[in-house]
Amino acid sequence: MRNLFRRALPKVAGDAGQEAVPDLWVRCGRCREMLYAREWAEASKVCPKCGFHARLTIGDRVALLLDPNSWQELDADLRPTDPLGFAPAGRPSYAEKLATESLDSGQSEAAAYGRGTLDGLPVSLAILDMGYFAGTLGSVVGEKIARAFELGIAERRAVIVVSASGGARQQEGVVALIQMAKTAAAAQAFGADRLPFISILTDPTLGGVTASFATLGDCIIAEPGAVIGFAGPRIIEQTTGEKLPPGAQTAEFQLRHGMVDQVVARRDQKAMIARLIRLFSYSTHPAQDSTAPASTPHGEPRVVATAGVQ
Amino acid sequence: MSVVLDFERPAAEIRTKLDATEKQYAANPTPELDAQRIDLRRDFANRTQAIYRALSPWQTVQVARHPLRPQTMDYAIGMCTDFVEFHGDRVFGDDRAIVGGPARIDGRPVMLVGQHRGRETRERVERNFGSPHPEGYRKAHRLFELAEKFAMPVVTLMDTPGASPGLGDEERGQGWALAANLATLATLRVPVVCVVIGEGNSGGALAIGVGDRFLMLEHSIFSVASPEAAASIVWKDAKFAPQAADALKLTAPDLLRLKLIDRIVSEPVGGAHADPSAMIATLRSTVAGEIARLETVPADRLVSDRYEKYRRLGSWFESSRPATPVGSV
Repeated sequence: MRNLFRRALPKVAGDAGQEAVPDLWVRCGRCREMLYAREWAEASKVCPKCGFHARLTIGDRVALLLDPNSWQELDADLRPTDPLGFAPAGRPSYAEKLATESLDSGQSEAAAYGRGTLDGLPVSLAILDMGYFAGTLGSVVGEKIARAFELGIAERRAVIVVSASGGARQQEGVVALIQMAKTAAAAQAFGADRLPFISILTDPTLGGVTASFATLGDCIIAEPGAVIGFAGPRIIEQTTGEKLPPGAQTAEFQLRHGMVDQVVARRDQKAMIARLIRLFSYSTHPAQDSTAPASTPHGEPRVVATAGVQ
Repeated sequence: MSVVLDFERPAAEIRTKLDATEKQYAANPTPELDAQRIDLRRDFANRTQAIYRALSPWQTVQVARHPLRPQTMDYAIGMCTDFVEFHGDRVFGDDRAIVGGPARIDGRPVMLVGQHRGRETRERVERNFGSPHPEGYRKAHRLFELAEKFAMPVVTLMDTPGASPGLGDEERGQGWALAANLATLATLRVPVVCVVIGEGNSGGALAIGVGDRFLMLEHSIFSVASPEAAASIVWKDAKFAPQAADALKLTAPDLLRLKLIDRIVSEPVGGAHADPSAMIATLRSTVAGEIARLETVPADRLVSDRYEKYRRLGSWFESSRPATPVGSV
């Protein structure tokens, strides 16, 4: 389980006597295989040997899902505040944590949203990023998610939200908790307009994010191997003393328990989302449906997963 | 059963003296004993008031968890008439940590839904200490929809350490159940009045706590996570719960100041557990008043006002717009 959380680190080629060439090779975060960095990046950071889906940045996600040069990020100037004056005794204050998070990650918050096209379809896309404050849901993330839904309503766009989050941001207390209600309300308002909301759950999606907008999608797609659940594995073991069986809370576990519609590998996600948006838009946007390639197979529901998934 | 919290001890000592004096006076009613007992009564009231006026956040947590504090079933019976408990989510089972059903408050039919923790050990286990399973939230969801169908205002009473975090809860989609309730409550076309009566922690409380009016009893708490859970995240150690309680701003006065809640309901001197029937009577008239006012608002307006209320909640900097407030209310 631990391995799933370890990032694939750039590594130096291992053979003795070889010249060290940093950044040319990466080691898979799960099977530890040495991979040629460029090929690995071209495969959207999926290990060709074991199928492990390493974590992506917001930029990686945009490149994976949207048509080239179609991404227009909106409201990138939203910055977090410290609404509670959170100063835990003997620990760094929220204000200090925010400063170090920004320095470490080079980002200003844990989500971005904007407009773009996906296979020519206009979409509103929001992406959460584990790289900043563990992707936690605070005021800025909540506001961006809500605005992504409102953009969808205003411009008649499908909404896609890619989640990756440890849950609600403790340092914003009840302000963070209420973002769950706010984002769920926004998803509900969006749904009333009969526009499709596709929710993509990636590693990890936990806590207050699972318990709000992320699980309200008209279709819920999970990435292979992603840890998805409400209580994190550590909380479950601490609270109940139960030891989790291997593979608990993975995307495949959630598929088996009826909680997600499809487990879809990265390379197939864009086509799958386009197909779903067209299927859902037939009555409201028949023109969009006619743009669907004639070769699109209308297959049975199936699991699209890579090899090597637990 | 009598439970004395640490910080109540100075008042409890006066109480012991008072009880002894009352007993002596009953046997031998002298003017001296009469004067003594009147003094002691006054001392006891003053001391209790002083203690409760200066509760620290961690002390408030202990009052909110007080075993003798009135719980949802006490309100269902004491605050309502005609309460009929509805069981089960029609899919999996009946969760005992969430109780609910139709009832009347001041004659008006309402749908009552709340978490109930239980008091005796056996009952507490049976009710999973007030931590609902997904089927509890799905039962609540069913009752919310029934309320809308029959145009009954919804009254929710929050009292939970949080949603249950077990493997079975994960298998049955705890997060999904919570999210569905948030979405449904956000657009329910009847008035929704939410009250934290004890401990209102995390998504487990919020999943029955989205509404037009959000009230807290004076010594209840409302928090993103239990102080113990927050401490294990921020300090990596649950024993820092008192420090977490300080940092989280989880008391009713703090949350009202931050405009994150609508109203505080006063408790009897010495807390709800000191006089449960007075507490129940206060909440009955408070909730009845809130419902009467919300019932004058047309359903479309009710839903759009509720959306706006939640939509505005949050705090961020934005160069292109003026600074935003924390709360909306």
